[in-house]
Amino acid sequence: MAIIPPSADRSLMDTAVLPSETPEAIEGALAAAKPRSLLRRGWEVFAENRLALASLGMIVFIVLFCFVGPLVYHTDQVHTNLSETLCPPSAAHLLGCDNLGYDQLGRLMIGGQTSLEVGFAAAIVAVFIGTLYGAFSGFVGGPVDSFMMRIVDAGLSIPYIMVIIILSVVFHPDTVIMIFIIAVFYWLGVARLVRGETLSLRTREYVQAVKVLGGGRSRAVVRHIVPNAIGTIIVQTTFAIADSILILAGIGFLGLGVQPPATDWGDMLSGGLTYLQSGTNYWWLIYPAGIAIILTCIAFNFIGDALRDSFETRLQRR
Amino acid sequence: MIGFLIRRTLQALLVLFLVSVFTLALVHLFPGGPIRSLLGPRATTQQVAFYNKQYGFDQPFYVQYLKWVGQLLHGNLGFSTKLNQSVTSLIAQDLPKTIVLVALGTVVSLLFGIPLGLYQAVKRYTTGDYVLTGISFLGYATPTFFVGLLLIEWFAIDIHLFPPFAPQGTTVVQILSQPRALVLPVIAYSFVLYALWSRYMRSSVMDNLVQDYVRTARAKGASERRVLWGHVFRNSLMSIVTLLGLSLPTLVAGAIFIEVVFNYPGMGLAFYSAALNVDYQVLLGFTLVATLATIVGNLLADVGYAVLDPRVRYS
Repeated sequence: MAIIPPSADRSLMDTAVLPSETPEAIEGALAAAKPRSLLRRGWEVFAENRLALASLGMIVFIVLFCFVGPLVYHTDQVHTNLSETLCPPSAAHLLGCDNLGYDQLGRLMIGGQTSLEVGFAAAIVAVFIGTLYGAFSGFVGGPVDSFMMRIVDAGLSIPYIMVIIILSVVFHPDTVIMIFIIAVFYWLGVARLVRGETLSLRTREYVQAVKVLGGGRSRAVVRHIVPNAIGTIIVQTTFAIADSILILAGIGFLGLGVQPPATDWGDMLSGGLTYLQSGTNYWWLIYPAGIAIILTCIAFNFIGDALRDSFETRLQRR
Repeated sequence: MIGFLIRRTLQALLVLFLVSVFTLALVHLFPGGPIRSLLGPRATTQQVAFYNKQYGFDQPFYVQYLKWVGQLLHGNLGFSTKLNQSVTSLIAQDLPKTIVLVALGTVVSLLFGIPLGLYQAVKRYTTGDYVLTGISFLGYATPTFFVGLLLIEWFAIDIHLFPPFAPQGTTVVQILSQPRALVLPVIAYSFVLYALWSRYMRSSVMDNLVQDYVRTARAKGASERRVLWGHVFRNSLMSIVTLLGLSLPTLVAGAIFIEVVFNYPGMGLAFYSAALNVDYQVLLGFTLVATLATIVGNLLADVGYAVLDPRVRYS
């Protein structure tokens, strides 16, 4: 799994959509005076990117598949059915069954629920903590900043996967614990990025003005720094979702993830490994879950890239 | 330069201190403490108390920490009661094999990633660039173990070209004597890394192509080939060196999954077995060694960068 160092480039096209002198662009420039226009203009640029829109459609489809699908396609995902162990795909079981007789299509849905829930929640928790930590550290500066960043360095020096494996062994995680186990690692990278952003934001006049007007540190951070770093934060959240889903899949694959009968996409793949190593080809144990992971993560990566372009365009228009 | 070295080394030492405190704190996270997790749920409270006293777990944290660091400085990383072997000897046995896997995978991925990334930057926004970009994105989104599963299915099960298992054996020589078995693990390991290097190389070359020194070189009448290889390539390679030093956590993660998928007898597989057996001494010892390697890697990357680029030293 690729957890990309913050320094690495993740952009796809590197095509920043340039503003043209169309009426829409001028309207967008005028809207700058209104509050929340940042998000609205971001959306306008985003909507011009077909790949990103397709990815958004893909995410909506996958969410519906996982959460609405089980209401339409009824399967028993709690009790094992050993008479149908490893049955190949058929009319009754569209994607066959796994080694415990669970219907694979139904399992893909409930496994996807776990993957998506953990992915979203872990990303939000990690970005929330990382943003506050990074913004505070960068804003305060000096030795406090230096020490806070050394803590981040220390955390980032420990190969994350080892910590996550150890924590999973210790806690036998359910969904909620899994969210925090992933977030415990992931907020560090976010903190570093947001701190970098804060260093440049804190010298701006409007942040200085808060100080002059007698506003406290927390007010400057929460009301002025964080909203102006919102572009970075949103883009990071998108990538964090993809990464969290990958990490969860890895832990699930190792058999240390959520406990049965719950499952996730990675956990489903670990069954496939057992049978591949014995030399038999049960392809339906491998492809569905693997493709689900790839599609979801690619879609989130595309969306993240498009969002970054959107927010960068904002800077160009200024 | 000396000042930079001292400052950077002190920072690394502070990080090392924080990590060691954190690692020891992990021991106390085990349910009921480390001794309870070792003896199991049926051990009596007296037994647990006895061994807690014997191993010093009843003492204050800072006393435990000092004793533990003292042991570490003597090269004693602990003892695996499950394997009846010291963690140090376990590392001595498995680390060389993991280094073989990591080194082969890194070299192969660099051999593809650097030239193809350069090609993409020079021929940007062409069909070739888009195809390679698509492949890189696939690399970002595909879990390493899934690449391994697919390779086993295609090349070991369907056409019997390569064995589905990694080479087995206790020494590096035994591992290297089975090159056919090494092919699939190394390819699977390289794929995700390739995505990382090639993307980075692409953006790095594109950044360098618009720099002033490139314009100067062209103005002097240097050929396009000389500009590319003599100026841009060398400067882009520099940032790849740094990235390499910072990527150790990614390399370790990849190694763990590849070793599990292909049953490759290295540190990753040993770490995984230790996780399943709750063999906490092995878990902590391995984590500490991998972390130390990362810190040293980061330090080398920074120092290397400062050697190559004098501007860094003064910032």
